[in-house]
Amino acid sequence: MAVVETYAGYGPIQAQRFSPYADNGGSIVAIAGEDFAVIGSDTRLTVGYAINTREQNKLFRLSDKTVLGSCGCWCDVLTLTRVLNARMMMYNHEHQKVMGTQAVAQLLSTMLYYKRFFPYYVSNILAGLDENGKGAVYHYDPVGHYERNYYYAGGASSALLQPFLDNQVGLKNMENVTKEIISLEKAVAVVKDAFISAAEREIHTGDAIMINIIDKNGIREEKFALRKD
Amino acid sequence: MAHFGMDPFSAGPLWHNGPAPCGIYNFPGRPTEAAGGFIERSKQPITTGTSVMAFKFDNGVEKGVAIAADTLGSYGSLARFRDCRRLFKVNNQIILGAGGDYADFQYVQSMIDQKNIDDECLDDGFSMKPKAIYTWLTNVMYNRRSKMDPFWNNFVVAGIQDGEPYLGSVDKLGTAYEDNIIGTGLGMQLGVPLIREAFEKKPLMSRSEAQQLLVHTMEVLFYRDARSFPKYQIGIVTADGVTISDPLYLDNQKWGFALYVSLSLKPEIMCF
Repeated sequence: MAVVETYAGYGPIQAQRFSPYADNGGSIVAIAGEDFAVIGSDTRLTVGYAINTREQNKLFRLSDKTVLGSCGCWCDVLTLTRVLNARMMMYNHEHQKVMGTQAVAQLLSTMLYYKRFFPYYVSNILAGLDENGKGAVYHYDPVGHYERNYYYAGGASSALLQPFLDNQVGLKNMENVTKEIISLEKAVAVVKDAFISAAEREIHTGDAIMINIIDKNGIREEKFALRKD
Repeated sequence: MAHFGMDPFSAGPLWHNGPAPCGIYNFPGRPTEAAGGFIERSKQPITTGTSVMAFKFDNGVEKGVAIAADTLGSYGSLARFRDCRRLFKVNNQIILGAGGDYADFQYVQSMIDQKNIDDECLDDGFSMKPKAIYTWLTNVMYNRRSKMDPFWNNFVVAGIQDGEPYLGSVDKLGTAYEDNIIGTGLGMQLGVPLIREAFEKKPLMSRSEAQQLLVHTMEVLFYRDARSFPKYQIGIVTADGVTISDPLYLDNQKWGFALYVSLSLKPEIMCF
């Protein structure tokens, strides 16, 4: 920290170094099934130990088949999603069709890598239906690495949520289990349970969760209360 | 920002000589590093204002947004300027409250004044709505933070959007959110819980009740915020328009509890 001007009669004051990033917390969970995808995020927006708002939706509907969950540095989330919407609109006008989930997934990766040396400090999880109507979940790192998966957790509580999903959705570390694809009811229940547990132990996650269920009929929205302390 | 120029994998600029969709736009006439030479950046705020408090109220008859800020311009720990008014009437349906660097606030004020003039020149009878100012501010603040040259402010936008109360906040990074109760600085820690508690007891508040609550909040903030001042303004936006009070003074300050504390510090009571 640089020492700046000495005030008359007082000791030197330390300059606050400007950081263009903030950690605004928040967590996201997504699970893909045979013909649906579920994505949930908490609604708490924090800075340090303070809560900015308890009602911040972090899920962004990009089309009738695709939802993006985004958290981390909130100003970057706002900018990223705004530009992403613009790019999807440009695609729509140019090709006269709505961008598919796979194409959005690739576009998001490209957009993140474009800022490789001044990254968007953001955890992204994209959920939707692919071109065959199957559930799809893509997860990203802040600079554009991405991978398709069946389930994933991201954000402040990812280290708490992911092992739980590994066990309950991936059926990992269990003996004598028959591996079967998860049902919609189970997926929604797992998302709720995962967040309830995370909110117990992680202060940047809480207040409520927004759940989006994406299937061939469109997107349904559900809200579920979490602890508010 | 040379990296954000054109490359073969990126989308083209949105307009001639404009930015690519992910890029950062440099407004004409502003110095850039690419133009050669050094540019100055603000590394810390100088003359600063402290908290801004605001909340929506609605009792079925009267609805609007109430906002308050004191009038102190602090110079570090020195209470330097005593009449720095931080509530700005943007138009008949918006009040902008500002904390942080006062010079940056005045610069943003002049930008908004120019926007109002441009709006007036169109002569179409429309003026900016709160959401428009909020979005514009978010973009301006994010643009400046991306150049590592931020406006060192917390802004609170209070207004009436299509007949409904509107309240939003934007900080120096471009972090933006809307809520029913917003406080900046120490107001977020001390003021918001007070207001929330009052709303839990009485969810439907009239204009005068809102004003009383705000006075109480400013009083509590004055007791505990070392950078605050007993002179403050209250602004109220309703569908009928904007009113910003002349500076009010916190009379009826209650320092009795301090006396109580000093009394109970007698040695025989201390030995428990």
